Amino acid sequence: MSKIHITTKVNGEEVEFLADPRDTLLDCLRDQLELTGTKEGCSTGDCGACSVTVDGTLVCSCLMLGVEAQDKQIETIEGMAEDGELHPLQRKFIEHAALQCGFCTPGILVAAKALLAKNPDPNETEVRYWLAGNLCRCTGYDKIIRAVMDAAAEMRGAA
Amino acid sequence: MAKDTANELRIVGTRPDRPDGLDKVTGRARYGADISAAGLLHGAVVRSPHAHARIVKIDASKALALSGVKAVVTRADFPTGLTGEAWDLQENTMAGERALYDGHAVAAVAATSAQLARDAAKLIEVEYEILPHVTDVDAAMAPDAPIIREGAADHSVPEGLHPNVVRYIEFGHGDLEAGFAQADIVREHQYKTEAAHQGYIEPHACMGQMGADGKGEMWVCTQGHWFIRKMCTQVLGLDASQLRVTPSEIGGGFGGKTTIFMEPLSLALSRKAGGRPVKIVMSRSEVLRATGPTASASMDVKIGMTKDGKITAGSATFRMQGGAFAGAPVDMALYCAFAAYKVPALQHVGYDVLANRPKAAAYRAPGSPMAAFAVESLVDEMCTELGLDPLEVRVKNAAQSHETSSFGPKFGVIGLNETLAATQAHPNLSVPLGPNQGRGIASGFWFNHGGDTSVSMALGEDGTVTVSIGTPDIGGSRASMAMMAAETLQIPYDNVRVNIVETGALGVNEPTHGSRATFATGKATVEAAQSMIVEMCKRAAAKWGIEPEAVEWRDGAAHPAGPNAGEYPPMTIGEIGAAMSNTGGPIAGHHESVPAGVGESFGTHVVDVEVDPETGRTTILRYLVVQDAGRAIHPAYVEGQYQGGAVQGIGWALNEEYVYDDMGRLQNPVFLDYRVPVASDLPMIDTVIVEVPNPGHPYGVRGVGETGIAPPLPAVANAVAAATGVRMRHLPITPSKLLSAIKASKNG
Repeated sequence: MSKIHITTKVNGEEVEFLADPRDTLLDCLRDQLELTGTKEGCSTGDCGACSVTVDGTLVCSCLMLGVEAQDKQIETIEGMAEDGELHPLQRKFIEHAALQCGFCTPGILVAAKALLAKNPDPNETEVRYWLAGNLCRCTGYDKIIRAVMDAAAEMRGAA
Repeated sequence: MAKDTANELRIVGTRPDRPDGLDKVTGRARYGADISAAGLLHGAVVRSPHAHARIVKIDASKALALSGVKAVVTRADFPTGLTGEAWDLQENTMAGERALYDGHAVAAVAATSAQLARDAAKLIEVEYEILPHVTDVDAAMAPDAPIIREGAADHSVPEGLHPNVVRYIEFGHGDLEAGFAQADIVREHQYKTEAAHQGYIEPHACMGQMGADGKGEMWVCTQGHWFIRKMCTQVLGLDASQLRVTPSEIGGGFGGKTTIFMEPLSLALSRKAGGRPVKIVMSRSEVLRATGPTASASMDVKIGMTKDGKITAGSATFRMQGGAFAGAPVDMALYCAFAAYKVPALQHVGYDVLANRPKAAAYRAPGSPMAAFAVESLVDEMCTELGLDPLEVRVKNAAQSHETSSFGPKFGVIGLNETLAATQAHPNLSVPLGPNQGRGIASGFWFNHGGDTSVSMALGEDGTVTVSIGTPDIGGSRASMAMMAAETLQIPYDNVRVNIVETGALGVNEPTHGSRATFATGKATVEAAQSMIVEMCKRAAAKWGIEPEAVEWRDGAAHPAGPNAGEYPPMTIGEIGAAMSNTGGPIAGHHESVPAGVGESFGTHVVDVEVDPETGRTTILRYLVVQDAGRAIHPAYVEGQYQGGAVQGIGWALNEEYVYDDMGRLQNPVFLDYRVPVASDLPMIDTVIVEVPNPGHPYGVRGVGETGIAPPLPAVANAVAAATGVRMRHLPITPSKLLSAIKASKNG
């Protein structure tokens, strides 16, 4: 099957790649652009490890085709720290020990950032429901929820 | 001997950032599938769609005709003549004459892209003759059950049992009949649990490379790369030392990544494809169909109790299927069954049974959760019947330090009393409950493991230290090793770097399993640091012209031990490192042993639930884990183990199960249907770290990773019973099952 040339923006940089029409956006990010920070846990949109934002919308990149990425603004975990400065969520995840194996962490960070963009002051229930599509098998979620709430407070200037 | 006073410690017990934190929050950490190489090929596996079938013919000609397909392997490419566990591993890696379960590998293909490999796998034609199958443990023991493998039983199995019973275990002590006769009530029930998967979010992934010379390389996500080396080379008939295995970061394991699945296939394909590297990444459905899971269990438990709550006797008969191979953890389950109790008379009987399911792998405290469900449910039922406080009954019957355990050996120092006392004192126990709410309490137990351990440590020219360990970091263990090394050397935490190194760099290490990493690798790290201190003191002594015994190590520097040793300014680790080329060369410490002095861990959980009487849905309102850690090196990661274990247990209690259809095909091989707990299912998980130091570890560490998964199964069932008056003796307690049981109890 012939491949299709795609030009798009990932983490603010213009990129191009050749996508097999069956490749998911996740495949293209990982295999074509070598952005392996975005993880594949299920390929059915159930685990959230592949979470990225496309034009500001949180998506499972395993459920979107690579060829659909033309002329989009895609944000992945690799773009979350700016100029070497960790995002408050990233710092709080380390501080709260909100990761054990760390495999779900990129997806959860991307999803949490998307939540705080919509709702800077979420309560615990809102964080739990927003992250319900991101599976973590190690932590039981406790420290993840605390880290997100703490980062939100810091970003609001309330910490 | 453990240091008794926490205030002697500067670093142990604090909560520094983990050394691999930055890599893991930025996406830089490299996991199994994050590897590539020049000339890379991708592998795909053809799997049996049948639970039990004879493989009549495999025709790969159409696949091999595709441009870009480089190799196909079947069992014919593997050596013959293996026996015992090595044969089991080989048979599970690739089916021989028969496919033994839905998902069993029958062929594998390597091609120039992952898409092409998957396309090629679909073109490999396998002709099957379907055979009768069985997936349920009790059905597999019935006289008319299909025989899964003749001759698989060992000498432990008494005559007259079905050939599917492959191991038998029996032990106990005391006069059982007299014990039951002393009881005021004797109760007996059957309990069942279903198979659950470890559910790590990272699917198995590896990249193997092997040439015609039998020398190979592997990159793999695993809990133990020496196990991978040993098992792969056994299965392929190679020399262990010719395979170098490098562990990736690991995206969860929980016991399920302590063995091999498709790893040997990447090597076999590579060898056949002229030595090009072959990467294989499992899909989620492959993970669920063909790796893990744990055993399913059918258990009879009988207990005698006096009116005031003294347990006089107990018996447990457990039947477990661990798939088509011996290895269900029925022995461990029985060891754990009554471990929290001191009972005058006990009898344990266990059956390890074959069924047409995937080969069971270890899952966090293998066997203990099932055992806890059966025993702790029945204890709770009897407390309810007698109107006794379930915590007081546990205190009254608690196992004690230095006394004989329920499974035979004497306990060392254990912290069960302290754990129960801390539970009784916790404010969660006095929170008032509303309608349809109930509180459940249960205890659990797991061992601690030594195992082959090898650690080395090297001093840098600037006085910083590199520690090389062989146990993959699955939940923050780099931090705990760095803390113990820094504590022992009395240098800053940030001056230590811990690397998990490949199989060529150390002696053999067992995996990160058995709750052993912080205990065994930690103990070896402390020993290695001490051997390095000895060498550093020697260097200082030579410089000062005094005896090495006259030098002592403190505050990260060599000092004259006392006034008689002479007056010399301290020589810091940085000065010793800078001078080492001129004082005798590189300075390193190392330690190799099977660390003794393991410390077992008890835990008690308290859960409050609310059951919706309209739907049967159980909501966890409050959850408390109290567990003895011996000493928490990094308390945040100890809490994390408690919380993670509890939530896996909650999933097993309420949602998770392997569902097979009439054809023996797994019906829920995706996360949508195999439903692990999500954030919105749960409250915060409260924790109390009890610290009764283990005298067998220099800082008092016990194994903490596994105990936490055992109590939730009975604790949740006990809470549901308190909320509804309905006793659920078969997990999981799904809304539909619970609703039916509530309705039946009302109609009854």
